Amino acid sequence: MADHHEHHAPTGWRRWLLSTNHKDIGSLYLWFSFAMFLVGGLLAMVIRAELMYPGMQVVDPDFFNQMTTTHGLIMVFGAVMPAFVGLANWMIPLMIGAPDMALPRMNNWSFWILPAAFSILIGSVLMSAFGPGNPPAPNFGWTFYAPLSTTYGPASTDFFILSVHLMGISSIMGAINVIVTVMNMRAPGMTMMKMPLFVWTWLITAFLLIAVMPVLAGAVTMMLTDRHFGTSFFDAAGGGDPVLFQHIFWFFGHPEVYIMILPAFGVVSAIIPTFARKPLFGYASMVYATASIALLSFVVWAHHMFTVGMPLAGMLFFMYMTMLISVPTGVKVFNWVATMWRGSLTFELPMKWALAFVILFTIGGLSGLMLSITPADFQYHDSYFVVAHFHYVLVSGAIFSMFAAVYYWLPKWSGVMYDKFWGEVHFWSSLISVNLLFFPMHFVGLAGMPRRYADYALQFADYNWWISIGAFWFGISQLFLLWVLIKACFLKKGEKATDEVWEGAEGLEWTVPSPAPFHTFDTPPVVK
Amino acid sequence: MADEQLTRRTRLSVAKLLVVCVCMFGFAYALVPLYDVICEALGINGRTNSVAIVDVPEDMVKDEDRTVLVQFVTRAAKDMPWDFEPMERSVRVHPGEIKAVNFRVRNRTGEDMVGQAIPSLVPGQAASHFKKTQCFCFDQQPLMANGEEVMPMIFYLDPAIPRSVNTITLSYTLYDITERTSVGGVAARQTR
Repeated sequence: MADHHEHHAPTGWRRWLLSTNHKDIGSLYLWFSFAMFLVGGLLAMVIRAELMYPGMQVVDPDFFNQMTTTHGLIMVFGAVMPAFVGLANWMIPLMIGAPDMALPRMNNWSFWILPAAFSILIGSVLMSAFGPGNPPAPNFGWTFYAPLSTTYGPASTDFFILSVHLMGISSIMGAINVIVTVMNMRAPGMTMMKMPLFVWTWLITAFLLIAVMPVLAGAVTMMLTDRHFGTSFFDAAGGGDPVLFQHIFWFFGHPEVYIMILPAFGVVSAIIPTFARKPLFGYASMVYATASIALLSFVVWAHHMFTVGMPLAGMLFFMYMTMLISVPTGVKVFNWVATMWRGSLTFELPMKWALAFVILFTIGGLSGLMLSITPADFQYHDSYFVVAHFHYVLVSGAIFSMFAAVYYWLPKWSGVMYDKFWGEVHFWSSLISVNLLFFPMHFVGLAGMPRRYADYALQFADYNWWISIGAFWFGISQLFLLWVLIKACFLKKGEKATDEVWEGAEGLEWTVPSPAPFHTFDTPPVVK
Repeated sequence: MADEQLTRRTRLSVAKLLVVCVCMFGFAYALVPLYDVICEALGINGRTNSVAIVDVPEDMVKDEDRTVLVQFVTRAAKDMPWDFEPMERSVRVHPGEIKAVNFRVRNRTGEDMVGQAIPSLVPGQAASHFKKTQCFCFDQQPLMANGEEVMPMIFYLDPAIPRSVNTITLSYTLYDITERTSVGGVAARQTR
């Protein structure tokens, strides 16, 4: 076992391209997702520039539709999901005392598929933007409803289909790797109910991925055969039904939103106990709550389709099931609050982000509860209220938890403390601007402004100006994070981090040196 | 050696998870017939019967107390160069009464074509009570170049139709399936 040949690791570009090391692959995932976050953000800036004033000024409506579509796709599949996979790669082996992921070569492959997938997708945007007369990029919304994406889909839809297939393969391989690692490679004494909650939430997320990514692959394959091989799954002319597409899509789509939020719950459940200097309140109930959310996510999909029409019994079923999700979610929120209760709280940056997450995610959760009420949903459906809802849970939820995770574990990854000044600037600037950006969307949505249009009625003008200001401000704020990361990761400037990093932190990852060496836990630690 | 055991366990886990993936991919396809069966069984989504009703109950009595207005809406799909219209825009029927109506189609082109009409009915809760004993929508409609045809549809309303239903709108969309039928490809599932 103690051979020396594995110790001279490749250097230069070969180190990254051929990497089978979970830490290197984790870093690749994290940097890739940050790059996609900036690209997806740029597309959002185009959207907000157009919507800043009523009337048409920056782009034409078709290009606007390409922006909303690719912004959604890049943020969901390129920014949020790979960010959490990167975090899983870095932290799961360190947290369970394993030397690496169970399938290191597959790990390499599942990462390197992603740049290919997104080159294809972004390529179609670039061709549309800079090649006059070229067909448009995908312009049917990130939900790619048939027949917009089948009968009426532009030629680039086939690029999109290939790209989604690649992303799906990558996610499935990542999920298999997580499950196999967690099931087979835990250190002696690390029983299931001793695993950190981040590992638990990722294990459950991985099962969700295994269950629904193949369904997404099925949906895009049906689209492909409908477009080119004469089938009519979604074409009424051949006996198919476009509504069927929505059922299949949302059967994937609803679990997908929990795929993007469950790891966030795990991150916050790691950070709050550290800075409250108390163990997590209700550990077992957290595990069961996560599992119940995952199970319920399979029986709520049609709440995205209330206005499409379904029998009364169906509406009631999906409404009650959706409302039921707020019970385990409430368990989590109350457990975080109870963890802080009478703790010795300090407010370092990770804690600040985690607290912002708890409050803002709860706002997003509550507007979700409003949307679950069928008759109310008839008014809210496809309005900016929905846009406000899912950006509260995904930006100030999932992405804020990523920021929290980055500030929390960055000293362990890089060996130096982050720049506290620019970190604080990043936090406060993002916190204020994100609310300026998304909170007024509730109001314009309730007042009737529909989503996915390049123009709006004059009465929404002032709010939209403020929303756009918030958007540009939030976008620029992320450059502070870029600077913090460059300084810690590349310039290695900053206070030297101790092995424990945080005074109240518990867990195996704090027992290895900072920065974490290339190989850790070659001999498994013993967990008491 | 401990390591070999680990590899075997790893292989087994990967194999199991891959089986789940393949099954879920199959499940996406299984949703297609499942959706049809559920819609048809519950008469939801405006689905009406897609094969002729042959066993009209002999003891069915006409409910003289009430009438239901049945409206017909016709539409030729995009790129379908046929004229398509009902010969009566609407009829008033008693539940339990058997009624025949006619639709007219004309092929405006100089080529032989095949069309397929797809029905949809609102309100959804009436769909399972709307029974067709004969309908052109059960078959494909070949029409010669510049040909014209009158297509019959015979139906009755099940007397058990809820009293709250006063108006039913039956819409037909006519699609061009010439290419599909000529390549011997997918005959419309609706015609099974």
